[in-house]
Amino acid sequence: MIKAILIFNNHGKPRLIRFYQYFAEDMQQQIIRETFHLVSKRDDNVCNFLEGGSLIGGSDYKLIYRHYATLYFVFCVDSSESELGILDLIQVFVETLDKCFENVCELDLIFHMDKVHYILQEVVMGGMVLETNMNEIVAQVENKISPSGGLSAAPARAVSAVKNMNLPEIPRNINIGDINIKVPSLSPF
Amino acid sequence: MALKIVKGSIDRMFDKNLQDLVRGIRNHKEDEAKYISTCIDEIKQELKQDNIAVKANAVCKLTYLQMLGYDVSWAAFNIVEVMSSSKFTYKRIGYLAASQCFHESTDVIMLTTNQIRKDLSSPNQYDTGVALTGLSCFVTPDLARDLANDIMTLMSHTKPYIRKKAVLIMYKVFLKYPESLRPAFPRLKEKLEDPDPGVQSAAVNVICELARRNPKNYLSLAPLFFKLMTSSTNNWVLIKIIKLFGALTPLEPRLGKKLIEPLTNLIHSTSAMSLLYECVNTVIAVLISLSSGMPNHSASIQLCVQKLRILIEDSDQNLKYLGLLAMSKILKTHPKSVQSHKDLILQCLDDKDESIRLRALDLLYGMVSKKNLMEIVKKLMLHVDKAEGTTYRDELLTKIIDICSQSNYQYITNFEWYISILVELTRLEGTRHGHLIASQMLDVAIRVKAIRAFAVAQMATLLDNAHLLTGNMQRNGICEVLYAAAWICGEFSEHLENPMQTLEAMLRPKVATLPGHIQAVYVQNAAKLFATVLKSQEGNTDSTAAQETSQLMIDRLPLFVQSANLEVQERASCILQLVKYIQKLQQKDVEIAEEVNALFAGELNPVAPKAQKKVPVPEGLDLDAWINEPPSESESEDEQPKAIFAKEEPKHSRPRHTEVDEKELARRREARKQEQANNPFYIKASPSSQKVYQDTPGVEHIPVVQIDLSVPLKVPGLPMSDQYVKLEEERRQKERAEKKKKEKKKRKEKRSGRGKKHDSGPESEEDITPAHQVDIVTEEMPENALPSDDDDKDPNDPHKALDIDLDNLVEAAGRRPLADSEKLPVRSHRETPKSPAEDGDTENAALQEPKKKSTKEKREKKKDKDRDRKKSKEEKKKKKHKHEEKEEDLLGGQADAPVVQSEETSEVVAPPTSTNPEVSDLDFWLSNAPVPSNTQEATTVAEAEAAPPPEAASGTAPDSEPDQPQDADTEEAKSSKHKKKKQKKEKEEKEKKKKKKHHHHHHHSDGGGEESVQNGTVEEEEPLPPMSNYCLLAENSYIKMVYDIQGNLQDGSQVVVSVIFENKGDSFLKSMEFNVLDSLNSKLQRPDGSGPHDGLTVPFQLPPGVSNEARFVFTVQSIIMPQKLKGTLTFIVKNEDSSTHEKLDFKLHFTCTSYLITTPCYSDAFAKLLESGDLKGSSVRLEGVNMPFHHLLARICFHHHFSVVERIDSCASMYSRSIQGHHVCLLVKTSGQTVSIDAKCDEPTLLGNVLDEIKQTFSQC
Repeated sequence: MIKAILIFNNHGKPRLIRFYQYFAEDMQQQIIRETFHLVSKRDDNVCNFLEGGSLIGGSDYKLIYRHYATLYFVFCVDSSESELGILDLIQVFVETLDKCFENVCELDLIFHMDKVHYILQEVVMGGMVLETNMNEIVAQVENKISPSGGLSAAPARAVSAVKNMNLPEIPRNINIGDINIKVPSLSPF
Repeated sequence: MALKIVKGSIDRMFDKNLQDLVRGIRNHKEDEAKYISTCIDEIKQELKQDNIAVKANAVCKLTYLQMLGYDVSWAAFNIVEVMSSSKFTYKRIGYLAASQCFHESTDVIMLTTNQIRKDLSSPNQYDTGVALTGLSCFVTPDLARDLANDIMTLMSHTKPYIRKKAVLIMYKVFLKYPESLRPAFPRLKEKLEDPDPGVQSAAVNVICELARRNPKNYLSLAPLFFKLMTSSTNNWVLIKIIKLFGALTPLEPRLGKKLIEPLTNLIHSTSAMSLLYECVNTVIAVLISLSSGMPNHSASIQLCVQKLRILIEDSDQNLKYLGLLAMSKILKTHPKSVQSHKDLILQCLDDKDESIRLRALDLLYGMVSKKNLMEIVKKLMLHVDKAEGTTYRDELLTKIIDICSQSNYQYITNFEWYISILVELTRLEGTRHGHLIASQMLDVAIRVKAIRAFAVAQMATLLDNAHLLTGNMQRNGICEVLYAAAWICGEFSEHLENPMQTLEAMLRPKVATLPGHIQAVYVQNAAKLFATVLKSQEGNTDSTAAQETSQLMIDRLPLFVQSANLEVQERASCILQLVKYIQKLQQKDVEIAEEVNALFAGELNPVAPKAQKKVPVPEGLDLDAWINEPPSESESEDEQPKAIFAKEEPKHSRPRHTEVDEKELARRREARKQEQANNPFYIKASPSSQKVYQDTPGVEHIPVVQIDLSVPLKVPGLPMSDQYVKLEEERRQKERAEKKKKEKKKRKEKRSGRGKKHDSGPESEEDITPAHQVDIVTEEMPENALPSDDDDKDPNDPHKALDIDLDNLVEAAGRRPLADSEKLPVRSHRETPKSPAEDGDTENAALQEPKKKSTKEKREKKKDKDRDRKKSKEEKKKKKHKHEEKEEDLLGGQADAPVVQSEETSEVVAPPTSTNPEVSDLDFWLSNAPVPSNTQEATTVAEAEAAPPPEAASGTAPDSEPDQPQDADTEEAKSSKHKKKKQKKEKEEKEKKKKKKHHHHHHHSDGGGEESVQNGTVEEEEPLPPMSNYCLLAENSYIKMVYDIQGNLQDGSQVVVSVIFENKGDSFLKSMEFNVLDSLNSKLQRPDGSGPHDGLTVPFQLPPGVSNEARFVFTVQSIIMPQKLKGTLTFIVKNEDSSTHEKLDFKLHFTCTSYLITTPCYSDAFAKLLESGDLKGSSVRLEGVNMPFHHLLARICFHHHFSVVERIDSCASMYSRSIQGHHVCLLVKTSGQTVSIDAKCDEPTLLGNVLDEIKQTFSQC
């Protein structure tokens, strides 16, 4: 089970929070702060797993995160999830965002938190992995978004002259069946 | 006024949307809170309007503010309003907001039930989807109860998108409303075989989550999951299943045996690291669950360790981390295999990543041995010095102590070294673990008697140099060690070289700055020291020294008498008065030392932490009952003075070092024991510790090696542990040299006698003798203490409620079928007509319960009478439990059958649910390795409900006869008849087993001669015999091969051939190579790089009598025609003295049936398919089939991979699909002995061949 999904930037500002277990708002903020504190002091070349985070759960829980340019994507999962699997799932999620927003950057997440939620809903539901096939996810998202409210029609586009997120190449040795994404072709954006 | 209204509406036209809100917040960085509060006011205005678009916009903004930490629960009702909007885009906003901020105590949730129900049944799949998604986040027990039926229905929705969501959400529903689990489970199980991989994956996900919490209830699904595991190619699903097996194997060791093979294959073949890692993890779990060693286990362990080493050596930090994590699991059971990778793990200690260093530290814990402990700790000490950051350093410190103290100091050969390490650790600044070090010092000094002299010397130096530690002592916890130092010096003061000096150190004024509890110990132990000093001084002729000592005490103690700490004060004033009195006596020249010493006499033994709890309550003692009349009012409390002075409690005063002879000692001990035995308040020592006590004549007799420690011992600040490492090395070398000398001598002697070589080999663990003859005192435990550790689960765990027995749901003949009250109404179109047989079974089910019991009782008596002398008493005990008894039967049955696993079944833990037939299915599946698909099929083909439980596995033959009269007494005639038949069948089953399991059902005649063995006998039986699709491939005197072919749904061009190799002879078979002559159409898949004519090596060897299964993948192009492939198996037969190369030719028969895959189909979809007109028809008539209709159907289902779509009386429609997606539909009708099958398929050739094969199957009956 996934207990929580947090996205925040390099300064700890939340960009998306999704708890699959109830926490009061102030507790949520505290968890974000604590998680940010744990994650932000780690180098980029250390492993992506963290034990602890006293607030979010006991020893059964792990924080699994990836850092893309200005954003941290943190999943808090219990031992029933495969660590490498979740890492791949984060990659799938980010690549899906990239497809849906056409070169995603932090601003897209800032101004379209709702859309990001809708995309996430196609990936994870109620704390359980719903779909891992990126094409399937993208198809579902596009089916549902009405033509008028298309994601790319965002006014924030104009401001997107900020630093872009870089999708680093996923380690080749982790490929999960059908979500084996061809990353090398992904241009930096 | 009017202007105001106009202004308001204009404002509204420019209502902020989410983007504007975000932009606004970003532009008001300095007064964000104020800006947001105005925004919230605006939102409140917007929510008051009737326009749903405005409301939705407001709710959307609120969702954003919720993320920033603002409580938006006040808008809950508005959220519900937006949820009920008919427009999808608004509805979605509402559900999103609800999922973010609703929770169980949100009261408006109860208003949503009908809205959600409406959305769930909406014709628009996206409405349904969004409702499911939202509900998954805020489902409450009420919602779960009210909506469970609707969601259940959605599990069979036509759209896979909805199906998978509905399946997933069921888990949440189960959590909130556990009663729904039983009714929903059959359908959930059905979804495991859903044609859509997403739905399948969701079902696996849910069942894995369920099974993780209550694994025992899901053991019966193991065959199904096993099949999925060997057929699925979706790594997500595989990972989940493999993780699930990891949870199941501890409950059923036989499952582990079955798993090792396919898992090992996966480990070899997969390229996905995630999958590899999970496989390794589960193999480890399997190996942990199997305590007995199978020959190839060491190979599996080796494989795991090797693969993990590759992970750890990888440059990817994630893999390194996981490798270490998994390694630590192996460590627990197979420390030896991990120890060989010590180098690698020590290397990881230097890693820059703290997570990895911590993992490596964990591993070190299990890697130490007597040989390398010093070396490893030395390395850790270096790290302690280098480490930046106190958390990591503290972690190191605790690890050092953990490592050294583990399993009762098992690995410490030199305690002087350990004490020095502890002393060195006290130099750490700012550590929080002073307390830990102190407790170690105390523990070692108390329990290792031989070390006391050394420890006391060290502690005395510590006390002397206390100022070094206490520089900034109030802040750091390290001064805790002074507590230990003072106590050790006081308690074992007889070992002190210069007690006077230590006494002085303990009474320094600076001590008063220490924490109170330490001061108290100082004062108390100063008194002990004082006693010792007195004793030594009294012997002298000059009595002034003794008086000076008393004076010193009298001078210094008043400082403590003024202490603010109550305990210090009390102790100090008490002792002060005592010393004053002593001084008075001294002035009168009274010999007083002996009496003062008696104050502190007596041995303090460590008491086990749970000793008090484990004192058993004597029979007849009710601790809650009042002894006297309950007091009317509260009483004064001074009746029981509180024991502040723990040390001064009455002890058996026994002067410690009086010159009593051994006899006197023994006498006293005896007397004391007697006294203790009669004293009900005395917690008695466990026999073991008593023994230890007696075995040690006294500290003086223990030889202490004299070591030259002149330099390091005196100076406290120097690392002297290194010195020990060197010394130890030298000592060992010397020992080794001596040993060798002896050995040589022996050898010489031996050589003259017998010429056999006897090499000492490398130094083993046992060879290292400890430097001290140490005696580690064990902790005391009360007599009759129960070893149980009652760590109960968290009572609040929501998963506890889901501990529901599910097995009986799966088969019709369950013990506890769904009661009407349990049933959730199910839509009618899904209900398949029940067969009469099934109805009968459910009727019987209720009757079976008492019957089984009675027969069991009977059986018990019988067994008691003529029990095998071999059977142990333990087994007798076991039989008292009903379900365990069943297990016992099972074992009995197995013992007769020449199964491979028979040797380890004896250690099988009784599976908790073994009373129901499903489990005997499982047992059957587990116990008969060579026929895995047998019961597996029977359980999976849910439609073939007519198939009875193959209870055959629980062979009870020897005592089945006398059961019958009993049956007649207790049962209706009908059910007893049923029972008889079962028994008969069981007997036959046993016979069959005796015949080396020649019960494979050969419907493809490949020259198998024995196929008629059981077919004739079985068919009159009411219930279906266990069927097997395995048919003989070839056999000779050495080996027998049977095979089965299964299609692969994920890949339309692949079939998997499972071949079971059985070693029939008594020689060892190895180097087996399997080769097939490829045809144009079908090719054996060979690994990259091998030629088209190369054989495949079978990945195992076969000891005599063993069988094992290997899988070979073939690619086929066209599947419409059956075909045969010629092949050869070459192998080496190895006897004790010779080995020969042997060869066995065979023909692989790919029937068209083997390309079909059991696929469930719903009647409406089936009808549509038939109406479509794309299918071409054909038909066939079978004559002379005299078997019940449901048997016939079950056979078609089982042997030809069909599923029943619908059945009405003597007519049934069936469906199957080929791996390339051809639909095959059958309409089977029966009248008398004639069966007509009308069939439709989009590929007529395929259909013709399938029908021919069906015909052949029945012509063989």
